Amino acid sequence: MAVIHNPDPSDSKQRGVTRLFYDARIRSIFIQAITLALVLGFLGWLTLNTMTNLAARNLSAGFDFLDVSAGFGIGFTLIPYQESDTYLRVFFVGIMNTLLVAAVSIVLATVFGLIVGLARLSNNWIIATLSRSYIELIRNTPLLLQIIAWFFGVFVLLPRPRQSVELGEAFFLNNRGFYMPAAVPEPGFGVVTATFLACIVGTIALAIWARRRRDRTGRHFPAFFTGFGAIIVLPLGVHLALGSPLGWELPELKGLNFTGGVSVPPSFCALIVALSAYTSCFIAEIVRSGIQSVSKGQLEAAGALNLPANWTLRRVVLPQALRVIIPPLISQYLNVTKNSSLAIAIGFPDLVSVWMNTSLNQSGRAIPIVAMTMAFYCLVSISVSLVMNYYNARAQIKER
Amino acid sequence: MRLRYIAHAALALGLAAPAFAQETMETVKERGVLNCQVGLPTPGFYALAEDGTWSGMDVDLCRAVSAAIFGDPDQVEYQSVTSAVRFTSLANAESDMLSRTTTWTAVRDTQLGLDFTTVNFYDGQGFLVPADSGITSALELDGGVICVLTGTTTELNLADYFRANGMSFTPVTNENVNVLVETYLGGGCDAYTNDKSGLAARRSAFPDPNGHTLLPETVSKEPLGPVVRQGDDAWANLVRWVVFGIINAEELGVSSENVDEMTSSADPNIARLLGSEGNIGEGLGVSPTFMVDVIKAVGNYGEIYEKHIGENTPIGIPREGTLNALWTEGGIIYAPPFR
Repeated sequence: MAVIHNPDPSDSKQRGVTRLFYDARIRSIFIQAITLALVLGFLGWLTLNTMTNLAARNLSAGFDFLDVSAGFGIGFTLIPYQESDTYLRVFFVGIMNTLLVAAVSIVLATVFGLIVGLARLSNNWIIATLSRSYIELIRNTPLLLQIIAWFFGVFVLLPRPRQSVELGEAFFLNNRGFYMPAAVPEPGFGVVTATFLACIVGTIALAIWARRRRDRTGRHFPAFFTGFGAIIVLPLGVHLALGSPLGWELPELKGLNFTGGVSVPPSFCALIVALSAYTSCFIAEIVRSGIQSVSKGQLEAAGALNLPANWTLRRVVLPQALRVIIPPLISQYLNVTKNSSLAIAIGFPDLVSVWMNTSLNQSGRAIPIVAMTMAFYCLVSISVSLVMNYYNARAQIKER
Repeated sequence: MRLRYIAHAALALGLAAPAFAQETMETVKERGVLNCQVGLPTPGFYALAEDGTWSGMDVDLCRAVSAAIFGDPDQVEYQSVTSAVRFTSLANAESDMLSRTTTWTAVRDTQLGLDFTTVNFYDGQGFLVPADSGITSALELDGGVICVLTGTTTELNLADYFRANGMSFTPVTNENVNVLVETYLGGGCDAYTNDKSGLAARRSAFPDPNGHTLLPETVSKEPLGPVVRQGDDAWANLVRWVVFGIINAEELGVSSENVDEMTSSADPNIARLLGSEGNIGEGLGVSPTFMVDVIKAVGNYGEIYEKHIGENTPIGIPREGTLNALWTEGGIIYAPPFR
């Protein structure tokens, strides 16, 4: 045994086990070991108990069903899927659909939230009141209700395919979905894509260079606008120079429904609209509180330095507001991802709908399926959290 | 030591793992009510009246089992559960039995901890389309959007049928049949697919039943019947023989009206069915005259059929010449003898 330092000489008569017990370090290790053993033992007992009871009820368990053919159709898939594909494929179809809903909703909610949040701070009474009413109305009704209202109140009531709402013979909206032209790349389009990617890389490099030069010499270079211009103009120029190597496949009415192009079902539209509207209210309030948290003195100081208005916003207000905005924004992004599981109410095939519901029922493997679903949501939430925390750490004030 | 208590507690929990497989009958008798699972209200099979009472072809089986055990058909707690969670609910012993147009399949019977007792209705899957769509055959549904209940055999048959015929379709799914029907009526899909009996039942409750056509194709076999948890053979026997009793009663001409006179019948088949002779009830753990209570409460198979889904009801599914006629009349409704 290592040398034990006993701080209290009056205990020195005690020997062996008793003395070990009075040593704070050993005792703490001992208690931690017991706790760990208990936790592991409890988990082990849970697993064993589950398996015993499943067997007692003649229920099949295990993951062997994953390579069995699923046999049911899915209304909307991002990755190719057919009825003869396996349950594992269904799992990935569900994941992709959930991620799509989350990603689109997060982008829309952030854009709307920013606009509404800024409008809420407007000096114009009408704009401020409108945005405030929007926030209070949508924020204070249950999301599930809103999803169902959008689905049954709007998207199911749209005209039938033959009477579709039409936009330039390319976009069609009816009660079976929203149909858009699909881009079909032709030979030479790779060059356009390559130019586009090169411009993005170039812009990042330019931004780094501009920042370093500013730090060194204090001179400003408008890297953002230059880069943004290049990203749009250069690929477009190449595209036109090559004779527009991109075809469009238009949706057309064939038989009962439209075929061709890209389409999303009404349930997707309802879900996206409801999720983005609902979340944008919270984001608007987060943006407002963030901007209001920047003290007035900072604006006055910027004014005294005669900084242009957009510089005041970009270099004085936003960096300080973001410190307040980002932490609650993280939880909103996580909420969107988890709230997307309400898709099941209107039958959009997200992960919970196709996996936790349909697959669970068709295969009867409740435990592996629920475990896999939980693992997915957990993984996504932790990833979003990590990325946002990293950004948050960078946006914090550098205290030196 | 504290540890010993924890160890004891863990052991006690482990031993307390429910061992309910064998004792459904005792549990039901002790509780005084039968927990019978039905679906979301559907006309004809499990309809919910405005005053909160349940009725229908499948509900009558719950009432029959209750009558067999308690001598009273109303000792039933109806559990209305979406089709998606029906088997979990039964396997977890929340329900004692399930009587809700559920198709008997190999996977369900062998992998979900369930036991199908027998068949009380032979069904097949069909398609319902709006009459003004001009569609007259399921083969014209290529490229269509089809409304289908999720977690059902219907969902699988639909995919099979379109694959077998080289056609494509887009499913619109939901676990709630009411949401699905609303979607169909709102024009959200070209056709609504389900078991034909279910389609007829639903259509009877539409605002305009004549505005919808049932397509002629039957695309699957759907033997429907009551289900119990696997591993309790005595309980499965009771449910099975109550259904057999109801079918035998029709064959022997015993009805809810004449059952009292029939108890003194000279026909030994009738005497055994009604318990005036023999001890069939004993083997099932109920009173010898349990079938008298059952028939008084719900009637024989023919009476149940005509009362809830027969031609004189809004649902109007003809029985004559179909699979659901008695075997003596060209159908396949057939029960082993009470002997």
